[in-house]
Amino acid sequence: MDVSQYLEIFIDETKEHLQTLSDQFMVIEQEPENMDSINEIFRAAHSLKGMAGTMGFKRMQRLTHDMENVFQEIRSGNMTVQPELVDVLFRGLDALEAYLAEILETANEGTEENEEIINTLNSIAEKATGKSGGAKAEPKPEEAAKAAESPASSGGAKYQEIKITEYEQGTFEKAKKENQNIYGITVYLEESCILKAARAFLVFKALEEIGEVIKSVPSVQDIEDEKFELDFSLVYFTEESMETVKAAIESVSEIKEAIVGPFEAEAPKEEKTEEKPAETQEKAQPKQPEKAAAAVQTAPKKEKAPAQKAPAQKSKPTVGRTVRVDIEKLDVLMNLVSELIIAKNGLVSMNSMDESRTDSAGFNEQIEYLESVTTSLHESVMKVRMVPIESVVNRFPRMIRDLNKKLGKKMELHMSGEETELDRTVIDEIGDPLQHLLRNSADHGLEPNEERVRLGKDEIGHIYLNAYQDGNNVNIEVRDDGAGIDIEKVKNKAIEKGTITPEQAETMSDKEVIDLLFKPSFSTAEKITDVSGRGVGLDVVKTKIEGLGGNIECKTELGEGSCFTIHLPLTLAIIQALMVELGSEKYAIPLGSIQAIEDVAFEDVKHVQTKEVINLRGSVIPLIRLDQILEVDPGDFHPESLTVVIVQKGDKQAGLVVDNLIGQQEIVIKSIGDYIHCSKLISGATILGDGEVALILEVNTLV
Amino acid sequence: MEDINEITNVAVAGEGKQFIVVRLGSEQYGIDIKYVDNIVRQQRITRIPSAQPYFKGVTNLRGEIIPVMSLRLKFNLEPDEYTNATRIIIIKPESQSAIGIIVDEVKEVVILDGDSIEKPTASDSNDVQIQYLSGIGKHGDGLITLLNITSVINEKENV
Repeated sequence: MDVSQYLEIFIDETKEHLQTLSDQFMVIEQEPENMDSINEIFRAAHSLKGMAGTMGFKRMQRLTHDMENVFQEIRSGNMTVQPELVDVLFRGLDALEAYLAEILETANEGTEENEEIINTLNSIAEKATGKSGGAKAEPKPEEAAKAAESPASSGGAKYQEIKITEYEQGTFEKAKKENQNIYGITVYLEESCILKAARAFLVFKALEEIGEVIKSVPSVQDIEDEKFELDFSLVYFTEESMETVKAAIESVSEIKEAIVGPFEAEAPKEEKTEEKPAETQEKAQPKQPEKAAAAVQTAPKKEKAPAQKAPAQKSKPTVGRTVRVDIEKLDVLMNLVSELIIAKNGLVSMNSMDESRTDSAGFNEQIEYLESVTTSLHESVMKVRMVPIESVVNRFPRMIRDLNKKLGKKMELHMSGEETELDRTVIDEIGDPLQHLLRNSADHGLEPNEERVRLGKDEIGHIYLNAYQDGNNVNIEVRDDGAGIDIEKVKNKAIEKGTITPEQAETMSDKEVIDLLFKPSFSTAEKITDVSGRGVGLDVVKTKIEGLGGNIECKTELGEGSCFTIHLPLTLAIIQALMVELGSEKYAIPLGSIQAIEDVAFEDVKHVQTKEVINLRGSVIPLIRLDQILEVDPGDFHPESLTVVIVQKGDKQAGLVVDNLIGQQEIVIKSIGDYIHCSKLISGATILGDGEVALILEVNTLV
Repeated sequence: MEDINEITNVAVAGEGKQFIVVRLGSEQYGIDIKYVDNIVRQQRITRIPSAQPYFKGVTNLRGEIIPVMSLRLKFNLEPDEYTNATRIIIIKPESQSAIGIIVDEVKEVVILDGDSIEKPTASDSNDVQIQYLSGIGKHGDGLITLLNITSVINEKENV
């Protein structure tokens, strides 16, 4: 019954349940009478409790247990949902999330008891129902008191009653020769312990990592079958000290107490057994066993010690990243792989056929078949990697609710397009930037309620989060109907900070001014709040999004609100690109950023402020000589006209001058690693059909 | 990084260690075999614009993009002359991605025990900066400069 293998499932399911709880808490806050939600919460809390218990996360279990209790009362009509209850529930939820985060990191729930939340929960329940629901929350003082008695009196040390057979006598001799300590251990479980056998198993497991269990009463078989009361005793050989052993046992949750003492097998041998006092052990801690009351307190802290010694030593028990995949998608993949094998076999058989009959038509047919299979395979694998954006955005309603209270502003979040799918790697990274933008909108964007009323706006501020797919891109909009960005204010601030000169400010377009917001350490918030405005802001958002191969734009209307739009590539790994030639080198330009390809005669190139530009259908486009920027050896290439690839970044356009066009190609993006620093001109590399490496140009840096 | 150095030191003190001996110009250098993933012939390298001068570019090694560094340029020697003996040694450090280094020739694999390795002193660093060395090995009549490969491939931006 090793539970660690279930850790990943546990984490996945816990996440789901926590999300359900969060969603439903939001519902009952609005509609306290909603019975469906209450039932839903009850079920989720119940499953959570059960799972946490099985996994040995005792604190988590206790908290969910109390939540469940409260909802039991609500369900049976003994109490109603109060706003303060919802607040506590949300805090409880945060605490559970904290546990989960800790488990993710260390495979251990940590030591936070969250006593206060539990007590508040229970006191609310008590007040409402008049019953003493709080009894469960206070087992600790009792426990401590009990623990204080037993080791001092040593009355609980049942291990002394263990009888040793003749056969076992032999192992004792051997252990002594090997200088091992022989201990007797009696473990008491908590009365509330549900899975006694599982607990006992965990104790055995913990012990066997640092020593050897020789005998147990009741027998191991009986313990496994749960044929024991709340205690069991062991005879144990180890090289560790008593304290270490005790700590190891107490690291298992729901253990009330562990009594460890030297075990005297037979009277004549006792001297030898006690020859090695625990203090000589380097790991011995200055804790006296008499301080039993303290022992219960320190036990959780010590949890870390055995965890580090035993399993953590091998590898950090962090949880791998997983994607849940629809079984149908996997079936499709499987089918495609079979087809791939068939295609391969087709080629093999063609090869082995009589040589005279090997006609190129059949060969080409096979190649085409292979091509269609690989294309579908690629598509399916990509689909497997796609995750709906819902998994990121569903935490935002909760966040806005909290901000509502914190900022004292009434606001609502409207979300749409949660089902839009994005690559898993993007999903993982996009959460923080979005959160940042939403907070910005809530804090700076929306005016205070009174102000809104005065301006004749709806009192409640509205924030919109829309996601939608647009060609090969996914766009995510964060929009608010607040004050908008004051261009003049930004300008003044920029001048004040010395980012721009007053003269520059005169000539800057609104768009350029807004771009200033994305510069490092530029915050226009007049007061720095807890929520946002520490000056690390939009620049971080921008960097992150650009790191994902996307970009961000901002549109704003003073008094009407602002809208931040994030454009993200649908997938990161494979893109369509235009291959171009510069001298003897080949480069790839992502097709997504290409607008047009033009042949420009030399005489059409004009000079504006010593820069080369072309006039293309009324718009002036600066030219970028790629061969100069990329320091390409020009060779003896004398074209009659310039081949210009018009690329676009946001509203900006530029013409990239290339020597030759090779064609459009689907390329697999690969990273060139961190060793080479190349000023962001290159976003990656790809391997061409002939094995040569071509570099992918980063249009965003070029333009 | 410290860990790696520590491990190296411990190993040096103990049993013999295997080194791949390579030639750069007239000098012999030793590379700890545990970092060596592969040795390949000189192949096509794609230049990376505006990269550090000692990076020749990237190459394709069975579908992986591997950056390739010129040890000669790194050590301020003459630029590489590609001959039939030129090889790229693919280094795979424990926690980093692979990287290739160009050498003039791969000679042999030697086993050096702790006694025949001397710690580098400042005077040994005629051509190669001291930070790149982990010791001097004596093998037969010749001396082998043992490279501290992790510091060769990881460098701060101060050249």
